[in-house]
Amino acid sequence: MANVFTSIGDWVTERAPGMMPMYRKHMTEYYAPKNFNLWYYFGSLALLVLVNQIVTGIFLTMNYNPSAAGAFASVEYIMRDVEWGWLIRYMHSTGASLFFVVVFLHMFRGIMYGSYKKPRELVWLLGMLIFLVLMAEAFMGYVLPWGNMSFWGAKVIISLFGTIPYIGDALVEWIMGDFLPADATLNRFFALHVVALPLVLLLLVVLHLAALHEVGSNNPDGVEIKKGPKGNRWDATKPTDGIPFHPYYTVKDLVGVGFFLLIAAFIIFFAPTLGGWFLEHDNFIPANNLATPLHIKPVWYFTPFYAIVRMIPSFLGSAVWGVIAMFGAIAVLFLLPWLDRGKVKSVRYRGTGFKVALGLFVVSYIMLGAVGAGVTAEVIPAWFGDVDVTFWENLFGRVMTLIYFGFFAFLWAYTYYGWEKTKPVPERVTTHD
Amino acid sequence: MTKRQLLMKRYIFPVALAFGLVVGGAPAQAAEGGGLPHAGTNVQDQASLQRGAKLFFNYCVGCHSLKYMRYERIASDLGLTEQDVMQNLNFTGAKFGETVVSHMPEADATKWFGKAPPDLSLEVRAKGADWVYAYLNSFYLDPNRPVGWNNTVFPNASMPFPLWELQGLQTAVMTEAKPGEDARVEKLVLSQPGKLTPAQFQQASRDLTTFLEYASEPAALQRHHYGVWVLLFLAFLTFLLAMLKKEYWKDVH
Repeated sequence: MANVFTSIGDWVTERAPGMMPMYRKHMTEYYAPKNFNLWYYFGSLALLVLVNQIVTGIFLTMNYNPSAAGAFASVEYIMRDVEWGWLIRYMHSTGASLFFVVVFLHMFRGIMYGSYKKPRELVWLLGMLIFLVLMAEAFMGYVLPWGNMSFWGAKVIISLFGTIPYIGDALVEWIMGDFLPADATLNRFFALHVVALPLVLLLLVVLHLAALHEVGSNNPDGVEIKKGPKGNRWDATKPTDGIPFHPYYTVKDLVGVGFFLLIAAFIIFFAPTLGGWFLEHDNFIPANNLATPLHIKPVWYFTPFYAIVRMIPSFLGSAVWGVIAMFGAIAVLFLLPWLDRGKVKSVRYRGTGFKVALGLFVVSYIMLGAVGAGVTAEVIPAWFGDVDVTFWENLFGRVMTLIYFGFFAFLWAYTYYGWEKTKPVPERVTTHD
Repeated sequence: MTKRQLLMKRYIFPVALAFGLVVGGAPAQAAEGGGLPHAGTNVQDQASLQRGAKLFFNYCVGCHSLKYMRYERIASDLGLTEQDVMQNLNFTGAKFGETVVSHMPEADATKWFGKAPPDLSLEVRAKGADWVYAYLNSFYLDPNRPVGWNNTVFPNASMPFPLWELQGLQTAVMTEAKPGEDARVEKLVLSQPGKLTPAQFQQASRDLTTFLEYASEPAALQRHHYGVWVLLFLAFLTFLLAMLKKEYWKDVH
């Protein structure tokens, strides 16, 4: 048997001599720092979810009907009449939410350990592009079941473009292909969701990985293993503190995959709607342009950005400022490598100011999510009784918005003016013998 | 190792806590009606499902469809034979493989009730089991309404109460109307008993809610059936993978 595999391998190598070197470069001879911790599972998990979304998505398209008249019923057809259709659909819907869970954690890891800093700026930029495309992909996918929240969510989000002066109204009409989200909207969103954006995503993921493998991975200590001592068991010229990605990190990532699948399977089999967070109650009602849901709000992963749009008041007779702030909240992340001038990468050796700011940043992000999801609108009257809910919610949301943007402003000033008191960074990763 | 534990304490725990807080906030959003009694349904309870199906096909299907639900599927999921279903539940003359469609003409229904009775295929997924259960228990006589019925959970519902002969007739005890505030329903009292005792009716409405919960997601039965085995398999697989990792990483120091 082994001979058969060897001869097949030889046969391929003879005809495509570039394949083995490529495999070695990215797998067996890609030397990753040996001190990766739990935070380093989420990149490979994001890749796993991407594959899951593509595979389950292909099977969903086999029975989904992208028309305003048939979409909702076809989703129920998948849920009831297609063999294992319910499992495929729940894997896709749960996967969408978990995609954002792992991507948020992956991005937070990057900020925590300074993975966006020189020489990895391009890795960060490509990752941010992936995030941007992922948000568009998720938004359009959410519209496809054509439930009432799909319809109203689409209407509200697309209407944001209507705040742009002069071209706004025409732009909204152009995006929807109609005066309301309708058949034309659903058809183009389907095309973008299943063909265009997945292709862009895949391309960006390849570039993200290629850019990473060019400069090498960062690690929890934020030290460059390439600048450390040379020579390991496999290669005398490679970093001493590096280990081959395959098999070491492939087997390690598989453990992460196991735990991740346990969580995913629990949700898929026992709580597929996750109490209305992953699949919303109002989306089990067919789209109806005459019946507005009580609370229109996006799915949980968009709620922090949605909160920002809501918290910014309109002035000078225009509501465009909220939309600018919302896109600004994403745009400012692109600029992170140039806002943060600090030379020390990892939070382990950075100043107290950075640690506090990072903590506040996370709190503000989660709290903005709570505002956008309508949690504060429920909690404020429940905890504080008869108070002006809108006033307190706006105050709270605006403070959180300030903290969100404040993080970036602080980080720039903190590092530009040299206020940061860093600890000495070790020469090598801290776990070596 | 201590470093790892420290990290766990420092970062993992707060993140897990935050995630838990957000998930824990779900009831805030689910409780649209606010403070509804717990329906206490269990879609695994086949006897309850069968009783609920009987109620649905005797009292509801005259007006309401389950347009995504097939008779054949009901038979196989509820442990009934084709004969059981076709003789005792199917009064519309539909074929065994067809879906449950009410024969009430939509135009007439709109004329009689103001709007056509909604399809109930996804009612529980849209409103929640607690809401449906409370709704079924909250009808009262109200001479001011066109059909003579009102409901405290869904005020001014256009539906007359088809289960009245089971529950009996409820009437509302109103609060005093204050200036600037209309009289509200303080509580409902059973002014004329029905065929069932209040406890029996609560069970009957729970059975009906259970059946509607099943109808809104028949796959729930399969989910629960396979879920445990999937989790056990994944737990074992994860254990093996962890051992594999440990073995491979022996020589990394």
